[in-house]
Amino acid sequence: MASQKKKHLLPGFGLSLGYTLVYLSLIVLIPLAAVFLRTTELSWHEFCAVVTTPRVVATYKLTFGASLLAAVINLVFGLLTAWVLVRYQFFGKKVLDALVDLPFALPTAVAGIALTAIYAPNGWLGQWLEPHGIKVAFTPLGVVVALTFIGLPFVVRTVQPVLEDFSAEAEEAAASLGANRWQTFYKIILPAIWPALLTGFSLAFARAVGEYGSVIFIAGNMPMISEITPLMIITKLEQYDYAGATAIAVVMLVISFVLLLLINLLQWWSNHRHGNK
Amino acid sequence: MHNTQFQQYQGKVAFKRATSEPAWVRWGLIGLALAFLGLFLLIPLAAVFSEALRKGWGVYLAAITEADALSAMKLTLIASLISVPLNLVFGVAAAWAITKFDFKGKSFLITLIDLPFAVSPVIAGLIFVLIFGLQGWFGEWLIDHDLKVVFAVPGIVLATIFVTFPFVARELIPLMQAQGKEEEEAALVLGASGWKMLWHVTLPNVKWGLIYGVILTNARAMGEFGAVSVVSGHIRGLTNTMPLHVEILYNEYNYAAAFAVASLLTLLALVTLVLKTYVEWQASRDAANIEKEVTA
Repeated sequence: MASQKKKHLLPGFGLSLGYTLVYLSLIVLIPLAAVFLRTTELSWHEFCAVVTTPRVVATYKLTFGASLLAAVINLVFGLLTAWVLVRYQFFGKKVLDALVDLPFALPTAVAGIALTAIYAPNGWLGQWLEPHGIKVAFTPLGVVVALTFIGLPFVVRTVQPVLEDFSAEAEEAAASLGANRWQTFYKIILPAIWPALLTGFSLAFARAVGEYGSVIFIAGNMPMISEITPLMIITKLEQYDYAGATAIAVVMLVISFVLLLLINLLQWWSNHRHGNK
Repeated sequence: MHNTQFQQYQGKVAFKRATSEPAWVRWGLIGLALAFLGLFLLIPLAAVFSEALRKGWGVYLAAITEADALSAMKLTLIASLISVPLNLVFGVAAAWAITKFDFKGKSFLITLIDLPFAVSPVIAGLIFVLIFGLQGWFGEWLIDHDLKVVFAVPGIVLATIFVTFPFVARELIPLMQAQGKEEEEAALVLGASGWKMLWHVTLPNVKWGLIYGVILTNARAMGEFGAVSVVSGHIRGLTNTMPLHVEILYNEYNYAAAFAVASLLTLLALVTLVLKTYVEWQASRDAANIEKEVTA
């Protein structure tokens, strides 16, 4: 009884939790449930037929393949960027550090048309790549470029604080025990930042899978070649094929939820490990 | 004497080498990172302004003062002005419930709050079409009552609220968790009412986190494209937000005008980054001050 009373010493528990649950249900939960309920209008057989047509399967391959590639690029260069921003001093560092968040702040449509302008055959970079047979705009490669852009901040921002907190003692100890710089990095630093790296990687991947705005301008959107899954949903909607759009949306939602679950597990695991230390 | 000094010096050099990289590696890594950031951040940024001004200031000013552009700006402002306060109130309420009380299913609730981040913007638009669209649950009822949600302003606002839903709560929860509830309990013991305590103790304590969340919410609300695109119907002058207006101009091959409007959104993004950096700096200064007070 005493502990019960202490628990509710502060006022507003009922009001704040009630408001939270009502608002959450109205804006997020009920609308999302609508997607799942609407698919029940299709039989299981029809559902499978819709989500496995060759054109739709081609969009999964591009969406997940390009997202994975973009996330790997961001894993490598995000770690490099975080390392350089934490460890080294150079002119313009603070400005660059702030600019890393640009992909979060810049509307995706703007990113899309800017990247398209750069990589189009007559663009700043496109005109140099085109003669070498490298086509970026209006190809799957363009999709990777756009997804790399929008996922850029994730790995940097998850790894940066861990690198900042990393104690110099561990590195000094490794060095005094005869490890060279590469061994110290590989055996001491990398294991410590690995959970953060993985979290940033999965966040970038999850974001890329759902991305629409920046991709549609640069992709060219050719069926079977450079169409992404979110665009497929829009195409179905424009043909008033609500059931088809919903079925594809459900496939994407399930995959996103599994990803979210994995990210949460990963964070729990890294907190747990950190806590044990 | 000379010998030990030399040994000390030598030790220092070896030590320095062991915990830092040789200069050529250092500059190589910096160069590589700069090349990457230049390629993906600076060049696109420069491209927006260069394309916007390609046909001169006259065309630029005409594009951003044209009637359709102005109504797009108005709608973008409306969507943001509605969704930011609503999500702000929600964020404070959710953070209050989650950080000041213990209850079952708390971590599940936090996951649910994060849900909109895991959903593709296109699906965020789709769900409101499924509910309020012509073939939707309330479709017929809305027609009977002459109301419009999808392909109208309410749909755009709803989609914007959905995609910006977690930002404030996400900033506040870890912050209020770290601050605990002693100060609030003290205020209560001293006779403050619940609202007074919220206004004079809790909110000032999380001031910077709150502002940070609002900045992020606003940036996303004004820039959202995918979700809004699905529910908008792209009616010029009526249901076009700024990002949608950029798309329409671009698809009409009116590149100079498209980039002119895009440059305004880019300026907004840059202002957002400046504010964000300022808030981070203020917050860390406050934290350092508190630490100083505690140790003094």
